[in-house]
Amino acid sequence: MSTNLKAESPAGAAAQKGSGDEGGLGGLIIDGMRRNMRQYGMLFALGLIVILFEVWTGGDLLLPRNVSNLVLQNSYILILAIGMMIVIIAGHIDLSVGSITAFTGALAAVLMVTHHWSWPVAAIAVLVVGALAGAMQGFFIAYLGIPSFIVTLAGMLLFRGLTEIFLKGQTLGPFPEGLQKVANGFLPEVGPDTNYHNLTMLLGLGLIALVVWQEVRDRKRQQEYALDVLPAKLFALKLTALVAAVLVFTLLLASYKGAPVVLIVLAVLLVAFGYVMRNAVIGRHVYAIGGNLPAAKLSGVRDKKVTFAVFLNMGMLAALAGLVFAARFNAASPKAGVNFELEAIAASFIGGASMSGGVGTVLGAIIGGTVLGVLNNGMNLVGVGTDWQQVIKGLVLLAAVGFDVWNKRKVGS
Amino acid sequence: MAGPVLEMRSIVKTFPGVKALADVSLSVRAGEVHAVCGENGAGKSTLMKVLSGVHPHGSYEGEILFEGEPCRFKDIGASEKRGIVIIHQELALVPYLSLAENIFLGNEHATRGVISWGETLKHATDLLRRVGLNEHPQTRVADIGVGKQQLVEIAKALSKEVKLLILDEPTAALNDEDSGKLLDLILELKGQGITSIIISHKLNEIARVADSVTVIRDGHSIETLDVKAAETTEERIIRAMVGRDLDHRFPERTPHPQDLAAAPALEIRDWTVFHPIDQQRKVVDSVSLNVRRGEIVGIAGLMGAGRTELAMSVFGRAYGKYAGGSVLKDGTEIRTRTVPEAVGHGIAYVTEDRKHYGLNLIDSINRNISLSALRKVARRGVVDEHEERKVSEGFRKSMNIKAPNVSEPVGRLSGGNQQKVVLSKWIFAGPDVLILDEPTRGIDVGAKYEIYTVIDQLAAEGKAVVFISSELPELLGMCDRIYTMSAGRLTGEVPRAEATQEVLMRHMTKDKR
Repeated sequence: MSTNLKAESPAGAAAQKGSGDEGGLGGLIIDGMRRNMRQYGMLFALGLIVILFEVWTGGDLLLPRNVSNLVLQNSYILILAIGMMIVIIAGHIDLSVGSITAFTGALAAVLMVTHHWSWPVAAIAVLVVGALAGAMQGFFIAYLGIPSFIVTLAGMLLFRGLTEIFLKGQTLGPFPEGLQKVANGFLPEVGPDTNYHNLTMLLGLGLIALVVWQEVRDRKRQQEYALDVLPAKLFALKLTALVAAVLVFTLLLASYKGAPVVLIVLAVLLVAFGYVMRNAVIGRHVYAIGGNLPAAKLSGVRDKKVTFAVFLNMGMLAALAGLVFAARFNAASPKAGVNFELEAIAASFIGGASMSGGVGTVLGAIIGGTVLGVLNNGMNLVGVGTDWQQVIKGLVLLAAVGFDVWNKRKVGS
Repeated sequence: MAGPVLEMRSIVKTFPGVKALADVSLSVRAGEVHAVCGENGAGKSTLMKVLSGVHPHGSYEGEILFEGEPCRFKDIGASEKRGIVIIHQELALVPYLSLAENIFLGNEHATRGVISWGETLKHATDLLRRVGLNEHPQTRVADIGVGKQQLVEIAKALSKEVKLLILDEPTAALNDEDSGKLLDLILELKGQGITSIIISHKLNEIARVADSVTVIRDGHSIETLDVKAAETTEERIIRAMVGRDLDHRFPERTPHPQDLAAAPALEIRDWTVFHPIDQQRKVVDSVSLNVRRGEIVGIAGLMGAGRTELAMSVFGRAYGKYAGGSVLKDGTEIRTRTVPEAVGHGIAYVTEDRKHYGLNLIDSINRNISLSALRKVARRGVVDEHEERKVSEGFRKSMNIKAPNVSEPVGRLSGGNQQKVVLSKWIFAGPDVLILDEPTRGIDVGAKYEIYTVIDQLAAEGKAVVFISSELPELLGMCDRIYTMSAGRLTGEVPRAEATQEVLMRHMTKDKR
């Protein structure tokens, strides 16, 4: 039996052999980039965009105050993008998140401003209502089999209308100070007076340690299983780049008012959802139903429950975004959150999601959202009008997805 | 017979890192039916893609002569213009367009962009008659069976003034009857002067229609044999395909000692299922059967007999509308209303359609294997990737899955290796009863043997195996008992000792109504 069953020569092994021994560091970088285009392509593009606007704005983009602003301005889109990425991986779409953001913001205002609920209680109530809104849509999608596009299109109209009814067409504010501090504020300062924000620095350094530990551990594990790993030189370079990026970001934030509270919220969401999607059983099941629904069903995956949970989660994240957004502008408005769903969807696709589902990462959504955020902010600083901003964002979305498709075709054929 | 109409000389085709074709030469005489066979991954499909211009001139080495002239096709259109038409394994028809529209798709009878329907229908009717398909040209493709769809593909090829017809495993999805018709049609077209190249795994088909056969192995053309010659036996072709003698096409089986007093591992009683859409139609009609531990029980039947429907409806009612019947496991009745329930009771169903129902093609070997029993490698809802990898590495070695590592996407594997992944997945789930639906469909002889060995091992370990297959020799070679089905009903139960192809076929074609 065994005589003729030699393994087919794999593409990976051949490519790896080529990269290890020839060419200097430059060659290594190019080769590594080429082989990990999906992972690094967007990160690289983000870097380019940052540098471009940094030069274009004469250094204004990376001023400490502006970096802080950038985080605050984009936090709610990034929160939505995390949920949207998961929805898209599951093979669905959610058009209602902008309306749910507005609806939950309005609800928060009614509870806190009109009825004077204490803000933490009201916030929890709002999150629950958001989850219920998502669950309702999830029910129609998962258990009644109505396409998500239709259900959430209906939801988009429905919740937008309810928002206007709720607010009677008026804006409602201001919000209690406590909530504003969370949505708009910064971490408290501790310890002696250095020129930097101490707590932020500590967190930043902690993060660096974590990143280095994680990367080294991953690499070791991959080597154990004889998987392709980056060549040592390239790995060192990648690690240095990562550490440098985190350090610069930390220093920028710490030399202004410190890390915004929402940044911490975002980081927690990123880590938690990243972990769930990668390591939890339910995360795997999301990828499975998005990749091949019939096969997942026949493998015993409870596809309906998973789909339901994905939309419930999206609703809750939309409510969180609604709270953050309303508190940041200190008022709930019937026109809040218009087009947020499209921004979140764009962020997901720029960040590597696939229209047919089954592909994408939570980190990708964050990167995609950041690309859009930096574009917005940079173009504002330079003074590009909103008309041209939309044109440029549209082109970037097209280019990002086009590049991805082109790159996949090149590798695949 | 005439000289060569097609000559492919020393074709070399390299994909990044893989040499798909190392050195293949093929010479086809005018007016013959030429079979190309070889194990999966041998390079047959790549060769045909080179010939038809899917891989354009310049992306391969070597030369192609058609009717004595060198060919440099830059795309499929260019090869079709010369009369070379390829029909792919996966049919390329648009389901919601009519037969006529499909036949002339991309080649419409039109003046200045406006379709002339009269002419289209007239020509379509002629072509359909030529391929022996008695359907109205305005019927939608979705409304006719796969066998007829294959004929529509051929009609489409004929509309392009085909001189050389290439069929890539044309009967893979067809039942015996439709296969027979298709093969007859190929012979008829041969009578009309159309040369055909047919890629096939089925040696009896080759013997029936082909004049010569070229065997390809590992990207090399091994030899071309005259099918009609006396020394060209099935064994001879198989030997060329696998590069070794295959004395035994099935592993030696010693029937498991049976405790007939004990209850069967799985028993199905009076199982009845209605069609999911047409709820008047009984697809499975009060079927009762059982399988014991250590036993391999076959289910034979022609297409439409209801075998897959029976299996899938028992497995968590994954098909049709349940209308009665019970399932007993070790003598006690169990509920199998959902797939997780069925899996929970130790039942596994390995689908006949691995690409649609078995695998997530864009995901890795690793994650496909663990999917049906993720909780076995997870603690409190969190997957232990270490453990998961260890498990799937184990399967890669024990099942001889040919892949550099378990992170390889399943979509890149050959059919046989994909099937091994599906099997691994269900073996990992640790079932007592395995229902295998056409486990060797579309895979090569070598991999088939490996899969038979695995099935035999499973039975030897005391698992109960239900083996659904359209290939009678395989049922005869592997099963202890064989049930036959026809039109949704059980029509026979034949013990191993009495089973022959003739006996089974008689039961399979019996109409009990």
